[in-house]
Amino acid sequence: MTTASPSSRHRQLGLTDFEYELILERLEREPSDVELAMFSLMWSEHCAYKHSKKLLGRLPTQGRHVLMGPGENAGVVDVGGGLALAFKVESHNHPSAVEPFQGAATGVGGILRDVFAVGARPIAVLDSLRFGEPGESGRSRYLLEHAVAGIGHYGNSIGVPTVGGEIYFESAYEQNCLINAMCLGLAPRERLIRSAAVGPGNVLMLLGALTGRDGIGGASVLASAELGEGDETKRPSVQIGDPFSEKKLLECCLELLDRGLLSSLQDLGAAGLTSSASEMASKGEVGIDIDVGRVPLRERGMEPFEIMVSESQERMLCVVEPERVGEVMNVCEHWEVLATPIGCVTQERRLRVLKRGTVVADLPVEVLVDDCPLYDLEPIQPAIEIYEPARAALTGSESEAETLLALLASANIASRRPVFEQYDPVVQSRTVRRPEEADAAVLALPGGSAIAVSIDGNGRRVACDPRRGAAEAVYECAANLACVGADPLGLTNCLNFGNPEKPHVAWQLTEAVEGLAEACEALGVPVVGGNVSLYNEAPTGPIFPTPVVGIVGRLPDATRAGRLGFLAEGDAIGLVGEFTPSRTGSELEKLQGGPPRGPLPPVKASAVRDAREAVAAAVRSGALHQAHDIAEGGLAVALAECCVAGSIGARVEFEGDLFGEAPGTGYVASGPEAVVSRLGRVIGRVGGERLEVVGRLDVGVSELAATRDQGLSALLA
Amino acid sequence: MRARVLVRPKEGILDPQGQTVERALPALGFTGVSGVHIGRLIELDVEDASQLPEMCERLLANPLIEDYEIIEDVAAGAPR
Amino acid sequence: MKFGVVRFPGSCDEVDALGAAQRVGDAVLLWHADRDLQGVDAVIVPGGFSYGDYLRAGAIARFAPVMEEVAEFAREGGLVLGICNGFQVLCEAGLLPGALLPNPSLKFVFRQVGLEVVDSDTAFTRAAQPGQRLSIPVKHTTGRYFTPGPVHVVLRYAPGENPNGSQDDIAGVCNEAGNVFGLMPHPEHAVDALTGSTDGLRIFESMRASVDDRVAV
Repeated sequence: MTTASPSSRHRQLGLTDFEYELILERLEREPSDVELAMFSLMWSEHCAYKHSKKLLGRLPTQGRHVLMGPGENAGVVDVGGGLALAFKVESHNHPSAVEPFQGAATGVGGILRDVFAVGARPIAVLDSLRFGEPGESGRSRYLLEHAVAGIGHYGNSIGVPTVGGEIYFESAYEQNCLINAMCLGLAPRERLIRSAAVGPGNVLMLLGALTGRDGIGGASVLASAELGEGDETKRPSVQIGDPFSEKKLLECCLELLDRGLLSSLQDLGAAGLTSSASEMASKGEVGIDIDVGRVPLRERGMEPFEIMVSESQERMLCVVEPERVGEVMNVCEHWEVLATPIGCVTQERRLRVLKRGTVVADLPVEVLVDDCPLYDLEPIQPAIEIYEPARAALTGSESEAETLLALLASANIASRRPVFEQYDPVVQSRTVRRPEEADAAVLALPGGSAIAVSIDGNGRRVACDPRRGAAEAVYECAANLACVGADPLGLTNCLNFGNPEKPHVAWQLTEAVEGLAEACEALGVPVVGGNVSLYNEAPTGPIFPTPVVGIVGRLPDATRAGRLGFLAEGDAIGLVGEFTPSRTGSELEKLQGGPPRGPLPPVKASAVRDAREAVAAAVRSGALHQAHDIAEGGLAVALAECCVAGSIGARVEFEGDLFGEAPGTGYVASGPEAVVSRLGRVIGRVGGERLEVVGRLDVGVSELAATRDQGLSALLA
Repeated sequence: MRARVLVRPKEGILDPQGQTVERALPALGFTGVSGVHIGRLIELDVEDASQLPEMCERLLANPLIEDYEIIEDVAAGAPR
Repeated sequence: MKFGVVRFPGSCDEVDALGAAQRVGDAVLLWHADRDLQGVDAVIVPGGFSYGDYLRAGAIARFAPVMEEVAEFAREGGLVLGICNGFQVLCEAGLLPGALLPNPSLKFVFRQVGLEVVDSDTAFTRAAQPGQRLSIPVKHTTGRYFTPGPVHVVLRYAPGENPNGSQDDIAGVCNEAGNVFGLMPHPEHAVDALTGSTDGLRIFESMRASVDDRVAV
């Protein structure tokens, strides 16, 4: 049985001839239409991680706080006091490029479901976004405006605060925007639940919204292919989200878990019923029967394959013991959530789809979930430059003051207030540090301690040097946490890359994963989960290789959470850490028209670790008045940001490169001289109304603030 | 019977959506457009059309800030 | 003193309002489908997106069974506080004059704003001084207050701080009888120094003082 189907329908669904041959071999027959559709999704890049799974094994996943590692709906760490924190980051890049409002909104909806699927109440969202240059591209302004509106719409409506995030603008993202959404959730440890289906004879129930034609074929059609001409025709595949519906579903699921009524829980996301049911069965080493005739539908005349791959939002699957089904229905009725028994767990490890008693699909779970071929990457370092330099905005002859102002006004550094003002950061009353108050968001826990979280990733620097750039993302994220006094507990990552079948992208991916692994090992931070988004590429080329890193940490005393702004006249300002700035990959190099060209300078991991520990401890002690890590724009920008946040000036002496960067290695920290001089080198004092670097620049704080505040609005107008 | 209710902001109430659309049209090459207002369409099948005005007054529109127009007997198959 | 905080499907800030009220007295949740107000001394209709803001913000919530009881409670002089979406519900229900319209920017706005106490003689502001500045956050898409007729203004946005184009910078109003008060800013998010300002406590403290007076009489 080695001939491919004459109609090559498998190719239309995104399966290669090799993959189709493998299916024929494993099944020992041809697959039915429904089965083929199921394979096309389960064996897509998006679901099976064909090109990345082998590589991801390199990442360290062990840690003493880890309660659930990679493989579940979200990673979970212990945060003390009997509480667990679940968190994960996911991408929704391709749908957002086609329909940014709904793409971004449903991205948030999806990550929220992943978190409450493990039994945690979502308590915060962060978003990491990438677009083309706003000053040059009307399309990028449009995508930004609508993606932000979509994130706000979903997060605000469902009552989960958006507490942080980042946005980068680079022409490399012009054709392929990146929308990565991260969610944190809190649960008493006893309420945590896994997705493995258990108990042959138990009932499979579908909760939530009606099933329609949303996103049919979305997973394989959109996420595993490069975006080309004629994207309008892909519009019907985009999912539409309803946060009101998800709010009811969330409260309902948490109550069902509090009452101990569920044996397992899984959310429905990419590839809908097919992936959820097969993954539940695979993890539980059982089988599942689904009767599509019992699935409540929104549209008439839906075929079995459509029902099995629909990506209609706001739905969950659960397994319930037969004697508990009545109670489950009562709770669901109270919350106005539709609950329908649609199948059962079986002993035999097969996924069977039935319609009115007729079997329309009957597949061994292993073949669907485990037998997808995994491909080795064939990495080759590129000999030529892949990326165009940005349009030069500066000539290099500007004064240092002019350079500082240009950086503060630039798209990647200017204040994000016009964006984050569209998000509610305070609902649920836990937020101790709001956006721009500190380098990381801080959320109070019952009992007096707090959680800190940041999301970071600089694609330009990774483009210069994938291994070192990826490591820097981890170091910088951990540095952000240190500035509020937190020690890292766990990391989630989203790997956004181009087409991995191309050797230079395969090289970027391989190097980046190695860099992430090295940095995580150096800091002792385990990876507890994440996401991969490949094929972010247009005819003009791939995006910058963009690993996005989210780290969650804990600080013992919420009242001692660090701040960003300079505090008091007379405070000593210190430069902390082995900070060796370089122009390679910096924002200034970009503004001067330099292409991303590596390598990045090496960084001593032990020095990074020591500085991180020292700053975190100093902040926690309450003795420091503020701390801010040095990132894009270098020391000058960091000092300016501290002045603006504190509405107070500073006078500093510094001989080195004011605009060079070395993420994760250096901090500005101020407070009493005795404290600061023990931590780092004293370089000046807080006070007055101007930022002065003696002999080099002298700018009023109000001018710094105005420039920074208006930067983004000016570009978006 | 199939009915349609059109709800629009009252004259004199600031309508930022309408203004935004009115400003956007010339940028796309459409000139000579003014007086743009954005409202809502509600379609429903009713057995007793005499109930429609009360439905509008009590729920479908907010009479303080909105006007409404009832269109009765919309033909089956009429453009949606 | 017992507060009752209404919970509709889609309410978000009801738990926050419950927490704020509990700093000042006892508080219970009132489920939208129940008619039992559980003998509370004051009702809070909270912020959020009741019924998804479908049709118009607050338009559907006003018909919930609990709201019929709240309307009766208000007619009998009971204290009713409407916050943000709650303010929208009270206007839709006719318990307060006017309506809330979309922000001119058509965007959701979160901002910590300065408010001025215009009338410190009400049951909701007596714990504040006349003209006192209160720092309280707003977070809404549909907060532009409009009324064609006269209205009893209780709070205004401080000069330059109106976030939504409200007529006459109006942030909060009460009914003629003075027992129903609606405002767009969220006092329940200004009760804890750890997470922001504590100016919002004045409103809850005022309500408790008013109820205490009645009990005393």
